[in-house]
Amino acid sequence: MSMTEKIATQRFGRFHLRGLPRQQALRLGILMLSAWLLIALFSPWIAPFDPIAQDAAVTLSPPTFAHPFGTDNFGRDILSRVMWGARIDLQICIIGVIFPFTFGTLIGAFSGYLGGAVDTFFMRVIDVVLAFPFLVLMLSIIAILGPGLSSFYIAMAMVGWVSYARLVRSQVLTLKHRDFILAARSLGYRHPRILLLHLLPNALTSSLVFSMSDCVLVLLSGASVSYLGLGVQPPLAEWGVMVAEGQSFITTAWWITTFPGLAIVVLAMSFSLLADGLGDKLGERP
Amino acid sequence: MNPLSDRTAAPDVRPYPLLEAEDLSVTFPVSGGLGRKKRVVQAVNGVSMYINAGETLGLVGESGSGKSTLGRAMLQLENASAGRVRFNGQLITGGVKPDIARLRQQTAMIFQDPFSSLNPRQTLGESIGEVLRVHQKVAKAAIPARINELLTLVGLSADHASRRPQALSGGQCQRAGIARALAIEPRLIVADECVAALDVSIQAQIINLLMDLRESMGLAILFIAHDLAIVRRLCDRVAVMYLGRIVESGPTQTVFNTPRHPYTAALVAAIPEIDPDRPLPENSLQGEPPSPVSLPAGCAFHPRCARALPACRQGAAPETRHIADHAFACVLDAPGSERIFPMTEGM
Amino acid sequence: MTLLQVRGLTIEDRQGVALVDKLSLTLSAGEILGLVGESGSGKTLSCRAMMRLLPGEGLNIRAGEIRLNDTDLLTLNDKRMTAIRGREIGMIFQNPASHLNPVMTIGQQIAESRRLHFGASRREAQRQAVEWLRQVGIPDPQRRVDNYPHEFSGGMRQRAMIAVALACEPKILIADEPTTALDVTVQMQILRLLCDLRERLGIAIILITHDLGVVAQTCDRIAVMYGGRLCETGEKRQVLAQALHPYTRGLIDCQPASEGGAGRLITLPGQPPVAARFPTGCRFHPRCAHATAQCHDLQPAMQTAAFARSHVAACHHPLRVLSPVISGRENESTF
Repeated sequence: MSMTEKIATQRFGRFHLRGLPRQQALRLGILMLSAWLLIALFSPWIAPFDPIAQDAAVTLSPPTFAHPFGTDNFGRDILSRVMWGARIDLQICIIGVIFPFTFGTLIGAFSGYLGGAVDTFFMRVIDVVLAFPFLVLMLSIIAILGPGLSSFYIAMAMVGWVSYARLVRSQVLTLKHRDFILAARSLGYRHPRILLLHLLPNALTSSLVFSMSDCVLVLLSGASVSYLGLGVQPPLAEWGVMVAEGQSFITTAWWITTFPGLAIVVLAMSFSLLADGLGDKLGERP
Repeated sequence: MNPLSDRTAAPDVRPYPLLEAEDLSVTFPVSGGLGRKKRVVQAVNGVSMYINAGETLGLVGESGSGKSTLGRAMLQLENASAGRVRFNGQLITGGVKPDIARLRQQTAMIFQDPFSSLNPRQTLGESIGEVLRVHQKVAKAAIPARINELLTLVGLSADHASRRPQALSGGQCQRAGIARALAIEPRLIVADECVAALDVSIQAQIINLLMDLRESMGLAILFIAHDLAIVRRLCDRVAVMYLGRIVESGPTQTVFNTPRHPYTAALVAAIPEIDPDRPLPENSLQGEPPSPVSLPAGCAFHPRCARALPACRQGAAPETRHIADHAFACVLDAPGSERIFPMTEGM
Repeated sequence: MTLLQVRGLTIEDRQGVALVDKLSLTLSAGEILGLVGESGSGKTLSCRAMMRLLPGEGLNIRAGEIRLNDTDLLTLNDKRMTAIRGREIGMIFQNPASHLNPVMTIGQQIAESRRLHFGASRREAQRQAVEWLRQVGIPDPQRRVDNYPHEFSGGMRQRAMIAVALACEPKILIADEPTTALDVTVQMQILRLLCDLRERLGIAIILITHDLGVVAQTCDRIAVMYGGRLCETGEKRQVLAQALHPYTRGLIDCQPASEGGAGRLITLPGQPPVAARFPTGCRFHPRCAHATAQCHDLQPAMQTAAFARSHVAACHHPLRVLSPVISGRENESTF
């Protein structure tokens, strides 16, 4: 195969956000995410008001110069609440993805590499987990453990690992027949080394990209769960909770629901852009 | 100071071959159906062969011959379903871990696809360095120097150590694979079609490299290939496989000049020689290499053999007969009246 | 009689690099031309350009003409080119498994071209399909005509693909490495088949290969390409026995089947060039033992051998004395 053909066939993952070149997608995603990280980190200092401070004088005030995002029915500044909410929501994204990612990757790699009865067992477990609708399972677990963020994380870990396991397993199944793995065996490397140092780094690509998109799903699940009252408890500022609280005012004070909702969308978009850009970047160097 | 130099000083004289297989068989289950009877494919069928230290054995055959499987089974990278393999006199089939570990430290393999035989996420330096570290070949501090030494040995330069396989050409990757194999300081290298995927001019470079390394290191090489012209150049002895059995083996000259098995004769006649006055052979072999899933009765070659006798079509496979060190598994006596173009005219 | 004449064909990629540079070839009726080269030589690309089947992204034919019986194929519109493709020029490929439709029987695929190009009726086309399978040496064609490609073995598939291509009765067949993926004994059969078909049907064949042995045993003329350019072309015996271009000589010497039979091969140093980094001047000069500054700066022109007008090479320091080719239409056929 000529070099040209070789380079051409190595490209896969041609996501483009409606024509956005992938370099720009990656950069934009990183930029937006960094912005959110900064907001979350520095919110105690840059938020104009205390997120839980109530001010009866300015309840349900539309966006003004003093309160750019308006206030809610308790007089709390929406802008500050959105900024503080970033801390919680980012935390939800990150922690809610890390555990399933680690757990799922290890199980998938292990299962794919060993094959046989071990593989069959884990695949059946995955089938069982997938048989339940996602939210139903999450809610059941949270209901048993009691509402709160830690229950959410536990539930997420118990349910979310499945996708990663399958992705990594299928990668490992393909890769383990490649020559470089046979070479590693012929060089006398032991199984743990082959699995962790040779197979896993090559099998992680799709899993990493998926984790970016998964952040979006986790964020939405977290917001949904909080919206249902089983996640973050008031008066903590969290975007899902804020959307729930603003529900009844949607016709009269649209800003209470809209701004947190927009924040969810924007954060989700930054993760998506990152996923797109990363997907192509990693796809370039398989 | 080449740590291998003391090995080439005194030639080893040992009573047993370096690597030896006795009645080796490898079967694979074939998927299909929920029937009680599991179907198997006999990839390797009762093969006995040996390689001496410092010798190059060519293993040739077409698709379905089982040559790659045999090569891997000899190195215990495939499970043998029957038979024994001995390395350096020690039994390694069903062997204990220390014996297998010793085998791994003294043998290495190079592969057909140069790109997929290297870990895409490791630089060349990391791949080679890992071998050195895992097998503790040199002191930690000496690893970078040894990596450079190995790269230079195979015709690459020191700055290739920081590159990944995707940034290199096929020939360079193949050289890197050889460097990695040499890092083990092996006594035997199994080369599984290692030049088939390369351009002709690069093939020639790699073949020369193997010749040089063989000279300077006293390496034994099991050279698995389908290209007889290369085997004729490189190998001291050759073994021809067909459908999982060795049908002929012996010194290269002898086998190529006077093939005793009709299949070998056909293979030799089918080498495209660069001689414009030599036309295409009149009686080229009919049919194609069959799939090893359903083996014919009797001699596995009889459906394609122009000189098959009734006895060839039934019973067991023919016994292996010997004329000095030339072994062949065919009941026919004379090499045949049709002219078999001699391969090494004027040699 | 000249069937196909390619003149000055230049194919560029998006970056303006000439992947095929000013290629000129001729093909006469009933002759087998061997087009030899390694990776990056542009041999496959040139032939696909002859069929106007270049892969879509970013490759365009910058210059040149491809004359088939006095018609320049590059000036034809899609409709007329489609009529020519298959009917006048056919093509077979390296890997028959990926070039045959897996969900149609072989008979259907052959019959399709008969109906399309000859307007044959369904029954007639089916009968002709059986006949073509017989022509290419497939045993029991009556039964095999209803088989799907996966039911054929490798060599049989290649024969089937030849049947599909020849059913259109083209005058020219382009065979792109047809035997590279086959076992060596099967390779012999396919080469034999191609030669027989040339005898029987009088078709001309362009045989693309990297194997000089294949060329030596089947072709009449040879054209050697390197880095997108034509290095040397001429009658087979001439080129093999008295190679003019150092690359041709090097290629002959480094074949394992070349003279000597044992010992080290005479190799060409370095490796074939990558399109992004084609050398200036003569593209072979970094690997050439005879290279001088002139080779680095200036691309050599085609020159003809004194002893055989049809044997030409593009080299500043050819291995034998050459004289410049007199340009002009009357000498085009000497290529």
